[in-house]
Amino acid sequence: MSDAALHPPVETLHGAAPVAHASVAQIFLEFLLIGATSFGGVVPYLRGSLVTKRNWLDDKEFVEMLSISQSLPGLNATNMAVLVGEKLRGALGSIAAITGICLPGAALMYIVGIFYRIHGDHIWITAALKGVAAAAVGLILSTVVGLSKKSLAGKVDFVFIALTVIAVNRLHQSVPRTLIAVGLLAVLFHRPRNKQKESAAQ
Amino acid sequence: MNQVPALVRVFAYLSLLTVGGGMAAFPEMKILTVEVHKWLTFLQLIHLYSVGQMAPGPNMMMIVAIGQWAGGILGAVAALFAFFGPTALLAFIVARLWRKLEKWPWRSSIQQGLAPVSIGLLLAGCFTMAKGAIFGVETAAIAVGVLLILLQYKINPALLVLGGAVLGVFSFMPK
Repeated sequence: MSDAALHPPVETLHGAAPVAHASVAQIFLEFLLIGATSFGGVVPYLRGSLVTKRNWLDDKEFVEMLSISQSLPGLNATNMAVLVGEKLRGALGSIAAITGICLPGAALMYIVGIFYRIHGDHIWITAALKGVAAAAVGLILSTVVGLSKKSLAGKVDFVFIALTVIAVNRLHQSVPRTLIAVGLLAVLFHRPRNKQKESAAQ
Repeated sequence: MNQVPALVRVFAYLSLLTVGGGMAAFPEMKILTVEVHKWLTFLQLIHLYSVGQMAPGPNMMMIVAIGQWAGGILGAVAALFAFFGPTALLAFIVARLWRKLEKWPWRSSIQQGLAPVSIGLLLAGCFTMAKGAIFGVETAAIAVGVLLILLQYKINPALLVLGGAVLGVFSFMPK
């Protein structure tokens, strides 16, 4: 995920939301194109295509959908496809969008998998893969840093991050158990305060 | 032996753990695909994940390769549907519900509470992977280098992963 993906500019809504005219076939083709070209992280490509080029969404909707996508299980890319497809054309739109965005990468990795199975122990390839795996670790760390800058509400959140890491890596707790235990703790910590309740009631 | 039912079970379960990103499911994926079902080795899992970072589209498409290894083309399709189907359905339902809940005060509590946990899960996945991927000065330098470059400059991460391949060849080719 690139930096642009992590810091989408938040703009206010100018006037009405764009009126979207998209057929199921158009949705499929647009997402197929994104799925085939989005090297290095899907989100910036989604924005360029859906907001800038097609005008199917405005920036405010895009950021909202992205924040929903991030809170749900599932990859941002496929969750966004489902949400955008649903907005444009309901269930069929969702299916067209997620199929389109997955198809090129899935086909490519199918071929890569076969190739790797046959040639994976070639000395050139094992040497290259050591570098690739190390680079991928750096990439994930940069995603962690970017997300932390963007979505943490306070210093206490670092305690929840630490608890999660310790539970999984040190105590070898399963991911769902950790998710439920630490997640519940964190959600309760961020529970609606009276002030928020009042402003929500207004 | 037919691996398709096991593939569906494993990847449907893993898909529900990908909160914050695919990496969140990595520790569990290692246990299930490597230790329990022995579809591939830990190193192969790391390699497929890493190579997958250079492919376009959603970044967990390496699950297709695991499915293919375990169960041929049917296995690949099964893994794909199992991994993306459940979360897609959930997103579809929530898309409609979430808008109605805009005024519900717990909505932002859930978002704020899940943020650090999902970051923690990504980090835990990253550490699990690092145990297999970082084993000396060269690999540590590549990882830190990529991190620093990405924090400093706006550059396509796929290019850096490709750069990692080139550095790998220079560092690890037997002389």
